[in-house]
Amino acid sequence: MEKIPILKLGDQLLVSIQVDMHDRLALALQDDLTARVVRDKARGVLVDISALEMVDSFIGRMLGTIAAMTRTLGAETVVVGMRPAVAITMVELGLTLRNVRTALNVDAGMELLRASMASEARPGGDDHPAQ
Amino acid sequence: MTILRSETLPLNTDEDLVRLRRAVRARMQECGFSLIDQTKLVTAASELGRNALDYAGGGSARLEILNEGVRTGLRLVVEDSGPGIEDIERALTDGYTTSRGLGLGLGGARRLANEFDIRSAPGAGTRVAATRWK
Amino acid sequence: MARHCSTRDFFRQMPFPPFPYAPKCKQVPRYKVPRYNDRDKLHRTTHGDLAMNDQFASKIAQLLAEDEKTLLEDWLREQKAGASWRPELMPEAELRRQCSEFLSLSSAAARSASLADINEAGWQAVRDFLADIARRRTAAGYTPSETASFVFSLKRPLFARLGAHYGADAAALSAEIWTATALLDRLGLYTTEVYQKARNEVIARQQEEMLELSTPVVKLWEGILALPLIGTLDSARTQVVMENLLQNIVDSGSVVAIIDITGVPTVDTLVAQHLLKAVAAARLMGAQCIISGIRPQIAQTMVHLGVAFDDVVTKATLADALVYAFRQRGLAVSDARLRA
Repeated sequence: MEKIPILKLGDQLLVSIQVDMHDRLALALQDDLTARVVRDKARGVLVDISALEMVDSFIGRMLGTIAAMTRTLGAETVVVGMRPAVAITMVELGLTLRNVRTALNVDAGMELLRASMASEARPGGDDHPAQ
Repeated sequence: MTILRSETLPLNTDEDLVRLRRAVRARMQECGFSLIDQTKLVTAASELGRNALDYAGGGSARLEILNEGVRTGLRLVVEDSGPGIEDIERALTDGYTTSRGLGLGLGGARRLANEFDIRSAPGAGTRVAATRWK
Repeated sequence: MARHCSTRDFFRQMPFPPFPYAPKCKQVPRYKVPRYNDRDKLHRTTHGDLAMNDQFASKIAQLLAEDEKTLLEDWLREQKAGASWRPELMPEAELRRQCSEFLSLSSAAARSASLADINEAGWQAVRDFLADIARRRTAAGYTPSETASFVFSLKRPLFARLGAHYGADAAALSAEIWTATALLDRLGLYTTEVYQKARNEVIARQQEEMLELSTPVVKLWEGILALPLIGTLDSARTQVVMENLLQNIVDSGSVVAIIDITGVPTVDTLVAQHLLKAVAAARLMGAQCIISGIRPQIAQTMVHLGVAFDDVVTKATLADALVYAFRQRGLAVSDARLRA
């Protein structure tokens, strides 16, 4: 089974989902990412979904799980590149992704991660509340 | 109302679900549906197809291109001979799930479709039809 | 009417209301008022004699072919005497050509397809021809009724041929006249449908253009967009506008979008819901929508209708929204004079 590639950029991981994933692949990604966060001591994870033409409740749940798991492992996850048609459909579907931070693109996502890690580094820095 | 074209796809594996999504997308593109319409029905197809896989171990999906007067529609019918749904109303409420899902599939699919019909009874399988009109 | 075919029996066959999706049983047709087609079948079964019906069908096709010359001349005469005769729009030679072609196409179609259903494949050539005529005549300046009269005016000449053919056989003649009039009615109405479809396409295109003109998305600053909405919002327009805004957000990479509804007199629940959905979608994408210009009346109506704007940042004026947006982007406005 093919795996979705995970790139390491400093202390951040970048995942770009390019294919219409079948469920098993999505679960494999979840596992791989968590393992890599630990192995590479990552502080941030960027999930680029700009190539996804559809996000259903399964993928939505996967994104939420990734965000929650990485958070407990000390890393922040940002999902970037959601397409307008996908966003509109998710709203209709009822998927709010409340606990997942999002940004418009990879640049904005990295900016967000940097700001979040910087504020954590400050003494007494608070966790930014999820969007 | 006439059915211009009909095709049936099996729904027994993960890959079948991916193929179903692709088929719905392709048919709708051929018919000239807008991107939002396509995304909505493809997502609904994914939800309904997954339900059949998870709860009934599989089923079949039928795609029908409809014509009513001047308007065109695409109807998706997902059928399975699984355990059936005991309380349809409850199943349609958001958040209700008998598995580890989010419980948005059935109600969500209804919101994403222009027309929605569900028939199910314990022991009698389930049949869900979702239609989007152009 | 024969008892086995009363109108009530006909209606009783169709369950009301029908379930469109009955598992494990045949697809049941929706309840519908019988159209010409069905009435035709009704009429035929009253006679109960299929052989006679087949004969009826073939006579009209036969007449259209055999008596074409007479029909053509009578038909032309009928049109010239009628109210829709517009010699200034179409020379007689052209009209003669059109009539002749219609007669030959129709007789071919009548020979190969049912007279009761002009949507069958056999009538395709006739439909295409009528559609072409309808379009050309509309462009030339004929009204849709005048175009339809082109077909209707064939009735009298055709009935005259039928009368000559059947002579004293009143029953057969009346059946044939019914079939002929139903057929020509359908063909004439088809030209009207073509006309309406063309008009609808024009209107739809104009609406789209108007929509694009009336709801521009403007860039106020780097990363800040504004969408000033003017006029009444209906559900369809709001949806299109919101989709457009979201696409603009992606294309420009703007993190803040201000939807200003100062110019919108009333907002109903449906429109409010679309606005809220757009805000939610923008949030999912990683941007923030601010709604500004909510007038006191609209605010009251929203509260009254129970629409919850809690999650959304709302400002009374576009100016307030801009100040908020600057703050979100970490920008501050200072008076240049003070710095000097």
